[in-house]
Amino acid sequence: MRAARLAPVALVLPSVVLVAVFVYGFIAWTAWLSLSNANDLMVSPVRLVGLANYARLTEVPRFRIGLGNTVTFSLTFVTGCLVIGLGGALLIDSAVRFEGLWRTIYLMPMALSFIVTGVVWRWLMNPSSGLNLLLDGAGLGALKSGWYTDPTFGVKAIAIAAIWQLSGYTMAMYLAGLRAIPGELYEAAAVDGAGGRQTFWRITMPLLMPVTLSAVIVLGHVSLKIFDLVIAIAGPQGGPAFSSDVPANFMFQTVFQANRFAEGAAVSIVLLVAVSLLVVPYLTWSLKRGIGL
Amino acid sequence: MKRALVYLGLVALAVFYLVPVYVLVATSLKELREVSLEAMWRLPRTLTLESFVRAWAGVPETGTRGLAQNFWNSVCLTLPAVALSVLMGSLNGYVLAQWRFRGSETLFVLLLFGMFIPYQSVLIPLVRVLQALGLYGTLPGLVLVHVVYGLPITTLLFRNYYAAIPGAMMEAAQMDGAGILGIYWRIVVPLSGPATVVAVIWQFTQIWNEFLFGVVITNKPTVQPITVALNNLAGSFIVEWNVQMAGALLAALPTLVVYVLMGRYFVQGLLAGSIKA
Amino acid sequence: MRSHVRAWGIAAALCIVALGVHAQGARKLEIFSWWTTGGEAAGLLKLFEIAKKETPGLEVINATVAGGAGQNAKAVLKTRMLGGDPPDSFQVHMGRELTDTWVVTGFMEPLDDLFKQAGWEKTFPKGVLELLKGSDGRYYSVPANIHRANVLWYNKKVFQSAGVQPPKTVDEFFQVADKLKAAGVTPLALGDNGIWAATHLFETVLIGSLGAESYRGLWTGKTDWNGPGVRKALETMMRMLGHVNTDHAARSWDQANDLVIQGKAGMTIMGDWVDADNLAKGVKDVGWAPAPGNTGVYDALSDSFGLPKKAPHRAETLNWLKLVGSKEGQEAFNPLKGSICARTDCNPKLFGPYLQWAMEQWKKDAIVPSLAHGAAAKESWLTAINDAMSLFVTSKDVAQGQKLLTAAAAEAAKK
Repeated sequence: MRAARLAPVALVLPSVVLVAVFVYGFIAWTAWLSLSNANDLMVSPVRLVGLANYARLTEVPRFRIGLGNTVTFSLTFVTGCLVIGLGGALLIDSAVRFEGLWRTIYLMPMALSFIVTGVVWRWLMNPSSGLNLLLDGAGLGALKSGWYTDPTFGVKAIAIAAIWQLSGYTMAMYLAGLRAIPGELYEAAAVDGAGGRQTFWRITMPLLMPVTLSAVIVLGHVSLKIFDLVIAIAGPQGGPAFSSDVPANFMFQTVFQANRFAEGAAVSIVLLVAVSLLVVPYLTWSLKRGIGL
Repeated sequence: MKRALVYLGLVALAVFYLVPVYVLVATSLKELREVSLEAMWRLPRTLTLESFVRAWAGVPETGTRGLAQNFWNSVCLTLPAVALSVLMGSLNGYVLAQWRFRGSETLFVLLLFGMFIPYQSVLIPLVRVLQALGLYGTLPGLVLVHVVYGLPITTLLFRNYYAAIPGAMMEAAQMDGAGILGIYWRIVVPLSGPATVVAVIWQFTQIWNEFLFGVVITNKPTVQPITVALNNLAGSFIVEWNVQMAGALLAALPTLVVYVLMGRYFVQGLLAGSIKA
Repeated sequence: MRSHVRAWGIAAALCIVALGVHAQGARKLEIFSWWTTGGEAAGLLKLFEIAKKETPGLEVINATVAGGAGQNAKAVLKTRMLGGDPPDSFQVHMGRELTDTWVVTGFMEPLDDLFKQAGWEKTFPKGVLELLKGSDGRYYSVPANIHRANVLWYNKKVFQSAGVQPPKTVDEFFQVADKLKAAGVTPLALGDNGIWAATHLFETVLIGSLGAESYRGLWTGKTDWNGPGVRKALETMMRMLGHVNTDHAARSWDQANDLVIQGKAGMTIMGDWVDADNLAKGVKDVGWAPAPGNTGVYDALSDSFGLPKKAPHRAETLNWLKLVGSKEGQEAFNPLKGSICARTDCNPKLFGPYLQWAMEQWKKDAIVPSLAHGAAAKESWLTAINDAMSLFVTSKDVAQGQKLLTAAAAEAAKK
């Protein structure tokens, strides 16, 4: 009898152990490191120095700018993917021909790695050739921009490249979601005299909520870890005046370029705390409602 | 009229997605002398597949490694990593969806949280742990790493999917005397097609295209995956952009094939799986 | 579906086993670098060839990681060294990058015996020998080459039609720049995607403003970063930035060089790997001169190799180091790499026209260590300066720039 009750636990045990070591064990190690003085290749006798590394971080302009960029990036990226994804799914769902073709084109950017996407978009967003040339030729010169070379536009340019890469995924999710809505609901609404817009906002959107929430989790975790793409486009310093810099990049440089290990660890911990403040309540809320997850 | 607008929208989106691909393909077909930022949009004056050959086979005289050897490494990395992470995610999702025990919800949240750690912050302890296990510098070590960090998302996918299995089916099987694994094998697995497709496609793409772990954990060129070899094609000071873009296309072929062939199943899988009506 | 997956899994497991079994070579040597393509890879291979001839049966493992002028390689190297798995030898810039990252922290073995044996104290110039020493005065690395950073490259045809000569001083530079602008050509091409090219430009301006002696003093604490010399350098840099291509943040150094090659820009200030780039692209119309204000000064950087303490194959590594510093090795490596020998006794006839000019200068110029390429300052200091440059190039705020640079120097002087 007891064996039967232990069986579920036993099945998930391997994963639990692995995650305990490789995720939480490492988080603990990073936290310890962030409280130490281990800068410069950790050979000097390591001792704990409290929050000194964190204090120093508050004085570093690059860190503050990076945090702000992550917020901007995440908002732009997630919103962009959701909007384009939904828009594209609505278009495909309205019974068009060659669905296979459209779907292949929209999903195809996902097949590339972030580094490749970054290299191509770096070329595209060169202010004196690239997209700007194309926009001029198409008479859309007003849309021209310095892209990532323009400190005020900065990280939004990176978001555009990321949206290009992953909006296909969101589109596939929304397409599936749209198709899961039973046709009877629409028929009933038509019988009741509801117009196109009303049907969309009162029936379609609410039923798509689980999809949206699901997509937000996946897109959110990608945007918090964005790193290869930034480096490939804006370079390891994160572009002019760090306008495209993100904390993951700053941490990589701090640890592996400047050899300041404890400081890099402090950046990680700050990131993790920020993430958990957002993610944990969201996860528990979704779980309780049984939606989105 | 409305149809025309719909197709217009589709075409506009298609242009958005295809423009960068054009640059990628056109540059890879050019000779080095033709390659420059200014000439980005121009069609190649002389079409040449030389970049692809150089990208694939390398240039032995200058010691430029091609992608060929590392292609096989990536295969040997991705197939087991995908298989294992999908299998374990499926089991986890099954247990967490249908066999809730005290604390299983909390466990799920803790497991999911693992998705959010930036990989850069775990590199050093990761290397130490792998060394202690004797797996540092080996492909099996890299497989282990990808399996572990793939667990959160595969568990998420499967848990969503299995949550929709009617309790009645489970009870019927239990009454037939099936244990936890019996039910899994007889009832859950046959139903798992769509979710498995989604998980396999996602994991395959993530693992095949991953660079950071690949370059840090496998430190010998004979063991490294294709993403590292692709990065090395670029060179550090002088970059042959045509070769690099050709190499990028070659490296992306397997994932491209996966999406072209299995794109339909991907959507079907999402339809059947993650959305609850 | 599942049976398919299982079949895959078994096939994959088999190939892992197959890959894991490889012959254990008798004598091995693992060299770590970021020389993956072009002349640098060719030069490295040549050295391997010679090494294999000298030691029959030697298996050389060419462990390379490309990307970002060494950024990826450094990450991998540090992970390996900290994890206790060092390569037998690795490419590292001579000077503070080596000493402050690896020597001070106790990872490297001193090479005094090797230097005495090979008689290198007589063949390497004194300026270089100083940069190879740790703070204990012992030698820790062997330089394979010398690159020069403070070179002005210019398009001869463009200069001819604008009627100008390569500028020798900073004032001349701005006169030339004005004439070029009037002729519709961008005066200075800059490609600072990744920012190091901006730091590179700034170091030549520092040399021009301070002179060799005071420039050296910046790194020893003798010259004040908060002083008028540095301020003048920042002001000059700010003026220069007004004469560069507008898309500099999107271009890398070779894409900036493309502007000069095509005649869209008149000059670029960059290290002598530009020569290798030009040769690879078959360009003939580009001339060279010392950077403005830099006449008589050789801003040097070098790729060098050392001996990690836990190197798995010590004897083979010592042979490698001997080869790297030998006349035969340097004469084989450098013409291919596009740099000059660190030794003073190499045969000039093996080298192209630019390199011959550089070798001449090498014998008489005052040698200063490069900032942007790891010779002058340790890595954390260079990173802080790069960060300051990142802000300065955009804001062009001299006061803020000087404040950040002074803070960086103060931070570096701690401990």
